[in-house]
Amino acid sequence: MRAPGGPEVAVGDVLLAVENVSLSFGGVKAVSDVSFDIRKGEIRAIIGPNGAGKTSMLNVINGFYQPQQGRITFKGETHAKMRPHEAASGGIARTFQNVALFRGMTALDNIMAGRTLKMHSNFFWQLLRYGPAMREEVQHRRRVEEIIDFLKIQEIRRVPVGRLPYGLQKRVELGRALAMEPELLLLDEPMAGMNIEEKEDMSRFVLDVNDYYGTTIALIEHDMGVVMDLSDRVVVLDHGIKIADGTPEGVKGNQAVIDAYLGVAH
Amino acid sequence: MGLLYQIFIDPFVQMGTAPDLFVQTLWEGMVGGVLYALIALGFVLIFKASGVFNFAQGIMVVFAALTLVGLYNAGVPAFLALGLTIAVMFALAFTVERAVLRPLVNQPDIILFMATFGLTYFLIGFGQFVFGGEPKVMITEQLYLPKGTITYKALGGVISLQKLDIAAAVIASVMVAGLAVFFSKTRIGRALRAVADSHSAALSVGISLEQIWVIVWFAAGLVALVTGIMWGARSDVSFALDVIALKALPVLILGGLTSIPGAIVGGLIIGIGEKLWEFYWGPLIGGGTDSWFAFVLALVFLLFRPQGLFGERIIERV
Repeated sequence: MRAPGGPEVAVGDVLLAVENVSLSFGGVKAVSDVSFDIRKGEIRAIIGPNGAGKTSMLNVINGFYQPQQGRITFKGETHAKMRPHEAASGGIARTFQNVALFRGMTALDNIMAGRTLKMHSNFFWQLLRYGPAMREEVQHRRRVEEIIDFLKIQEIRRVPVGRLPYGLQKRVELGRALAMEPELLLLDEPMAGMNIEEKEDMSRFVLDVNDYYGTTIALIEHDMGVVMDLSDRVVVLDHGIKIADGTPEGVKGNQAVIDAYLGVAH
Repeated sequence: MGLLYQIFIDPFVQMGTAPDLFVQTLWEGMVGGVLYALIALGFVLIFKASGVFNFAQGIMVVFAALTLVGLYNAGVPAFLALGLTIAVMFALAFTVERAVLRPLVNQPDIILFMATFGLTYFLIGFGQFVFGGEPKVMITEQLYLPKGTITYKALGGVISLQKLDIAAAVIASVMVAGLAVFFSKTRIGRALRAVADSHSAALSVGISLEQIWVIVWFAAGLVALVTGIMWGARSDVSFALDVIALKALPVLILGGLTSIPGAIVGGLIIGIGEKLWEFYWGPLIGGGTDSWFAFVLALVFLLFRPQGLFGERIIERV
């Protein structure tokens, strides 16, 4: 959380730390020996040119990719690698670069799917749609409606998401992640492909999530304006190597970062 | 001229002049169609959730029926045998997930398809080893399935309906309705549809693919058991049944691989079309058309609507 008007301060303890993580696919090194941490309550940006390994890094954090080397410490527990189920149940939610929604399902069902891990009624009751299963469904539905209100998508809740415009799909995807009540929210290019107005909306949602729910956020973004406005701290990757880490202002002036973005004569 | 008349006019004249025969043929086609639809449903369940085309669905029908009859013949009371068979189908689903799907995760589709071939031959061998290869009689009476015929005088003739066929249609409808409610309204159903739409998104919200796979294979196993009982009651329980299961392929082409309503409508179209064609047009070419009619119809369909009646339209960006 950023103090209004003041400089960005990373508050709280370390929520997640990656240490010396390396990941390669065959001969291609996607991430080499990268370390950084994410502190409780902050908005942490991961930036870098195309192919820098940003998405690979997110995939390592939520367990989609298993790194060959390094450690990930989440909430004080150290893992050689995460598993997707472990990450999700531990409180890590994410969105995807190319919106990954359940296209045939309604916006409401998509967001309800985010409650999967919070629901426990057994197979038998669900088959009957009675008793505990029904009570549970109602109780979680209430929570989901709050999220729908928060994201201002009331009127599209019954629409199959495949039919929604891109900007709204991204919002539903954010809703599904929020439904998990995550401690750490990973956003992979939440504003990619949006127009200015949609970007402003999404930026506001990101800030609100951080403020109201106190959710820690790690986001990948290309729009430098957005990164500077939103984030408390920035880590910069290039060709899988960390080249800078610090406040947005500090990173902006860093020569290595300027070279990586603009290219440099060797 | 004579030939054209026989093909395009005469059959419809016959339908008009003898409506009782027409209705009887329709009914028989529908009954056959329900069974095709059930087999196709088993394919669709598994294909939707795991993208695996399960060649073994046909043999699962035989295996389920064989287990039921085999247990009964070994002296287990009928309804206990039914319960045990359900348990066996669950064990099968669990084993398939552990021994076949999990080690092959992320392999190309063709590898998984071939693995289901392996599963087919394993089930044939295992079934014969445990229960023997000779045809068996389904225990319809012990399961209180009705038998006999109801006859109506109607439409200037007599229409007779097998009670067993009526029971089959009712049970199939109840099961399909139950599955539909389960899929659309419950957490596990939602998770199933989620997995069908996007594996990575499903993983990100903490849905366990392994658990979902066990559930769909178990659901497909239950569908196979019901199909096996119904089909076994009409003929007998033998490994020849699995050839008939191949009829589900044209049903899938008609209905679309991913659509449950498609499997049902496709099954009915094939079942009814096959019987009508055999009855009215079959004599023109010497009969025996029901072995190929479904496949030719599917071929014609492929030319005009390759995604099937209810399948998702294939749109690719270039």
